[in-house]
Amino acid sequence: MGLLSDPNRRRALIGLLTRLNAPIWGMPVDWLVKTMQSRGLEVFTQRFSRRLPFPDEDKERYMVKGTNVYGILRAPRAPRTEALVLSAPCTAGDHNNQAVGLLLGLAQYFRNQVYWAKDIIFLVNEHDLIGMQAWLEGYHHTNTTGMDWSPLQGRGGSIQAALSLELSSDVVTSLDLVLEGLNGQLPNLDLANLFYAFCQKIGVLCTTQGKLQRNDWDSVSGYSHAVQTMMLMAMKQASGRPWGDHGLFLRYHIEAATIKGINSFRQYKTDATTVGRLLEGMYRKLNNLLERLHQSYFFYLMSSLSHFVSIGYYMPAFGLLGVILLLRALDLWVQLASPPPRTEDGVVDADPGVLSVLTPLVISHLTGAALYTLPIHFQEMAVEHFPVSETEAVVLTAIAVYTAGLALPHNTNRLLTGQGTEQGWKVLKLVAVLYLAVLLGCTALINFSLGFILALTLVPVAAFVTPNVPKVLSAFVLVVLSPACTLLFSVFFFQELQEMPVSFLDGWMLYLSVISQGILDHALYGSLVYPLVALLVYPCWLLFWNILFWK
Amino acid sequence: MAAPMTLLLIVAVTIRAVLYRSGVADLVSERVEVVSPLTAWKRVVEGLALLDLGVSPYSGDVFHETPLIIYLFHFLVDYAEITFMLADVITAVALYMAVKDYNKQVFRKQKYALEADRYPLDCLELIRSPGEMYYIPLKVYPSCSTCGLNNAVIALFILSTVKGNMLLSAIFLSLATYQSIYPLTLSAAALLYLMQVSPATFWWFVAQYAFMYLGSLLVLVGLSFFLLGFWDYLPSVYGFILSVPDLTPNIGLFWDFFAEMFEHFRLFFLCVFQINVFFYTLPLSIKLKEHPVFLIFMQLAVISIFKSYPTVGDISLYLAFLPVWSHLHRFLRNIFLVSCVLLACSALFPVLWHLWIYAGSANSNFYYAITLLFNVAQILLVSDYFYAFLRREHHLSYGLYLKRKDGSEATLVLK
Repeated sequence: MGLLSDPNRRRALIGLLTRLNAPIWGMPVDWLVKTMQSRGLEVFTQRFSRRLPFPDEDKERYMVKGTNVYGILRAPRAPRTEALVLSAPCTAGDHNNQAVGLLLGLAQYFRNQVYWAKDIIFLVNEHDLIGMQAWLEGYHHTNTTGMDWSPLQGRGGSIQAALSLELSSDVVTSLDLVLEGLNGQLPNLDLANLFYAFCQKIGVLCTTQGKLQRNDWDSVSGYSHAVQTMMLMAMKQASGRPWGDHGLFLRYHIEAATIKGINSFRQYKTDATTVGRLLEGMYRKLNNLLERLHQSYFFYLMSSLSHFVSIGYYMPAFGLLGVILLLRALDLWVQLASPPPRTEDGVVDADPGVLSVLTPLVISHLTGAALYTLPIHFQEMAVEHFPVSETEAVVLTAIAVYTAGLALPHNTNRLLTGQGTEQGWKVLKLVAVLYLAVLLGCTALINFSLGFILALTLVPVAAFVTPNVPKVLSAFVLVVLSPACTLLFSVFFFQELQEMPVSFLDGWMLYLSVISQGILDHALYGSLVYPLVALLVYPCWLLFWNILFWK
Repeated sequence: MAAPMTLLLIVAVTIRAVLYRSGVADLVSERVEVVSPLTAWKRVVEGLALLDLGVSPYSGDVFHETPLIIYLFHFLVDYAEITFMLADVITAVALYMAVKDYNKQVFRKQKYALEADRYPLDCLELIRSPGEMYYIPLKVYPSCSTCGLNNAVIALFILSTVKGNMLLSAIFLSLATYQSIYPLTLSAAALLYLMQVSPATFWWFVAQYAFMYLGSLLVLVGLSFFLLGFWDYLPSVYGFILSVPDLTPNIGLFWDFFAEMFEHFRLFFLCVFQINVFFYTLPLSIKLKEHPVFLIFMQLAVISIFKSYPTVGDISLYLAFLPVWSHLHRFLRNIFLVSCVLLACSALFPVLWHLWIYAGSANSNFYYAITLLFNVAQILLVSDYFYAFLRREHHLSYGLYLKRKDGSEATLVLK
């Protein structure tokens, strides 16, 4: 008794999958509507359109217009107050060509069962994340990103959980669970545990970060494998982008995960039937939930599907880094509070004016504001004068503004007529260190990995920089540990961890595309990484650069 | 001093107008740290709508401001922004003039004491010089709440007390008490100050003041009844402040505590919390009877920490006083810790609110923890200033470098 015990249904599913193997130009909206209606769902569509701030070269889109199609399976007996979502992104090409077929097969099977207590919404979204954002905004009546969408004609109740499918082949060797969402938000650990437990029961191989579990935790290689998996998860979380369509659900307090089917060179393959049984089991479990998943951790780092590090273990590590900054601040305060030593001829250092501290602050933040606003606003002008495309113009403007900020201390010193004093740089460093501590603390609470990576690179430098250290060496170290270079190294490191190392030139191109994707994510979905780095972290780093070159 | 003051006022008003026009005003007017169920502008608008429909604005649990406010805004609802700006300007100017007057009196007293040779010789460095005595209060925040009006009334009360005008002081105090009950504790400070200025027999003075105060209070209550037509504003306003039925999160101590309280103990703990606000009046008045203005500062701080629905507007009122005591900096022990904690808490409030309400990863305990930390830091700040003040007074009478009877160096301990 299962999904495809009926030979007719099996044939119908194979027919669907074969038909979807052919290349699709855009989404077959009418065919989807007809098919879903024939399966007894209430079908609705939603049109959306969006002009990106600059062309997206990875996915090759600029003016995006699309339609989402979704069918609601109403719960036969229960009051319709809650809903579950099963979604499959549908794009042209064969990237995800099997998922829609599986979705439709499941819809037909689910329709004939009587135990559903929640409405099930089968969503096929076009242009993956953009379509999903439009659907979620329409469902929740919010409009945070300025997209243009038609209102939804039909709704279910409040969504309790969602799963997103990505299947590129009709047989899979393993299923990969993707958890990282927008701004590093993660679903409740219970959802991951549920999926893993079910995979084990059915006998399907389940992976996380594309890496298989090992059983030898005590050996060095086993341990390093676990550490690599965890570091991959940390880097994906720190990037702040949703790594699957599920990433946008988390913002609305809906637990969601993406299931990717991977077809590698293994002998034992699982066919679509088993995957369907797996999904059916997941949905039956989610159907039985009496309340939203909230009992387990929301903040964790998984080193494998059966081992994780919770916030209680990783936060003290971050706390210790923060303590370095606080101790340095205390030390500076004590130095400032004790009276200045009188020199031989009775000349005492004058009190640092408020201006000498305020000026670097204001200038750093203005540079940060320039880094945030200039790349997108000046892309037309840049395209006119230089032979680059819009995306390259945006990215190169960002890098140019970033590098121009390095020249600031010389200009600031020319602007201020008076000499900076010994007290002056201490006051500025006190302010900068406290500012960095509060900033990193708030970042770590929202997106731990981002806060931790920034803390690892910025805290040692912040604690030790003074105008008296050797200038060339410390300038080099400061630049190497600045946010932009951290990102560059992270790109190479990420590729290494995924066992796909890249050459320097490829890595540089990847780095440029990462910057452009970061800016796009902020404009399209409200990701906070780009504004955080441009408006807060970069000015803070500039303050330390100012202190290094203090005269 | 008028020129820099006017310039600063113009700058502050411009910044406020710019912030109000931008999208920041909508964001800020929703924040629970800025508006409370008592002072929220949205509730005033709701009450006005109900009044226009002919229904009592206190029906339904929405509106909790006094009737005079609603009638004031009945005429001024289109100019609400200007009203709030004007209230803030009045607060700033009143505080400035009050502090100027206070400084003049402190100078006079100091000169007399120097001439009378009452200060030991080694504490000449503690004498305040005219250079430190400038003070320009600076409060700019685009909140949409009636807290600005409360602050303006309290500032006018302080001004009239410092100028020595008993009648106006009593009237403004009764107006402030009419708005929210807690400024009642400021009457002790006002009495002490006015008695210093114009000495008279104690009980006759108290009777005079009480008569004026109660008289104006009765007039206000009667006027409210006359305007509104029924008495149901008394339980809605004062009953609301005292019995705390609304447990919306704010930066105070009441909400989470009473959310977890069993019904059986609710009245007991309610009494305990409310008495806590009024309790410090007597000991502080006894200790600070020579320094009533500092007493006013301490009372304002105690009110804004322990009241039932505090907001950052209340906090800004007593923080505006801090530059007056800038000569105490050398005796403050915890100022670094306090300012770090206040800064960190202010940054963490919106972060944890977001994590609780929007992301769903945190719960109310996280936000209450930050509230508690914030209030502890405020209490530490106030007690630090108290210690510094008393220590300076001690040094002024007994010399700056203390020695014990056998000549070794002594240290002061606040018991």
